[in-house]
Amino acid sequence: MTRINRDQLIALAKSQIIEITPQALEQRLGNGSSPLVIDIRERDEFEQGHVPGAVFIPRGFLELRIEQHAYDPATPIVLYCAGGVRSALAARNLQEMGYSRVESLIGGFGGWRSAGLPVTVPRKLTAEQKIRYSRHTLLPDVGEEGQGKLLDAKVLLIGAGGLGSPAALYLAAAGVGTLGIVDYDTVDLSNLQRQILHGESWIGKPKVESAKARLAEINPDVTVVPHREPITSANALQIIQDYDIVLNGSDNFPTRYLVNDACHFLRKPLVDASIFMFEGQVTIYHPGAPEEGISQGPCYRCLYPDPPPPGEVPSCAEAGVLGVLPGIVGSIQAVEAIKLILGKGEPLIGRLLTFDALEMSFRTLNIRRNPACPVCGDAPSLTELIDYEQFCGMPARE
Amino acid sequence: MPTVLIPTPLRRLTANQAKVEVAGDTVDVLLHNLEAGYPGIGERLLDADGKIKRFINVFVNEDEIRTLQGADTPLAAGDRVSIVPAMAGGA
Ligand SMILES: [Zn+2]
Repeated sequence: MTRINRDQLIALAKSQIIEITPQALEQRLGNGSSPLVIDIRERDEFEQGHVPGAVFIPRGFLELRIEQHAYDPATPIVLYCAGGVRSALAARNLQEMGYSRVESLIGGFGGWRSAGLPVTVPRKLTAEQKIRYSRHTLLPDVGEEGQGKLLDAKVLLIGAGGLGSPAALYLAAAGVGTLGIVDYDTVDLSNLQRQILHGESWIGKPKVESAKARLAEINPDVTVVPHREPITSANALQIIQDYDIVLNGSDNFPTRYLVNDACHFLRKPLVDASIFMFEGQVTIYHPGAPEEGISQGPCYRCLYPDPPPPGEVPSCAEAGVLGVLPGIVGSIQAVEAIKLILGKGEPLIGRLLTFDALEMSFRTLNIRRNPACPVCGDAPSLTELIDYEQFCGMPARE
Repeated sequence: MPTVLIPTPLRRLTANQAKVEVAGDTVDVLLHNLEAGYPGIGERLLDADGKIKRFINVFVNEDEIRTLQGADTPLAAGDRVSIVPAMAGGA
């Protein structure tokens, strides 16, 4: 192999990639065809100021984490570093991974700033936030840094119902900065026995709107993103792609298989739970994050390769559910999501927590990835979303 | 005898008992004895070929039987056999 020096490598990289000027990038950010902008500098550099809307992925983790942000290799991406060199080298690597529309910002963040373009200076906790989150920041495992991670985190809730209600309330109170909520339903009187996010005055109105109003009342730091549509094979990847973690509170099998598969394809951790009468189950399906020391766990299909035939397993609408039950189970989901965001503790991966309210017992059962799993196994046969209503032989709505 | 933990959806078939004691020195024998004692439960757990249905997991103590010896997993007195079916509820 011929040895090339540093400058030759840089020149080679720049000849193989496309570069973009700060002015051109700014124009594209403004006109709605916004590319995915990735800041590949170190955390302290990012925290001192960055291009508005930029995602932070330090250079060392770029290849490992890129799929979480850009599943489609045709996603337009702009990388920037401090001066435009590291991002040129990084752009070349992303091209090798198949990303066909990667550009590197000329002059990096320095060039952006000296062109007088807008800069977002991320948080330092405000005086009010210091008070609001003081019981968190006192915890050595959270601290101001952990609180910052919570404020930066984006969590998607599938369903603003029984499980979604307590999870959303606690995540909002905890200062999880972005909460997406997928729910197509309107509030019904029969929901209020357990869905504590909603109240009388919202009956007949969309749950996502009720949720948004209630969560804004709890914590103005939180941006609630309502997705008032059924989640389907047509929109799932698009919706989930923008979030770090997904919490499943859906009420039917087709949606459970759909969300499992989509999260696996997008490499998003799925904090899953289900409830029935007096009983609940919780676990995390995690595709693995070696850079965080998390190895791959099982997925929903490892545990339940096939859905039950229609009618064999009654739903909560048929059999009933204790109103407090989702309060406990959904709160456990919130705890697990926060642990994942903070990177603290022992996440509920490879372990299925079962709760029986009548016995008042919790059990932790060990579950393992199935090497023959069609989605996460060694030779997956399913690599894209399918028709889940057909797969389950039932509609996705109760 | 091992103790079988019955999930809520099947308790109708065990006269509402959450735990039943059933003899059996393997999981397979135990499940057949369970059906003998509580008719109707077998068809909820096993398919036409006598295999455990694919939306039901059976655990001996804390471990899922596929990671042990499947239906042939041996049982001792005092073992706890948990039946965990898929549940879809969340709303
Ligand atoms: Zn799997």
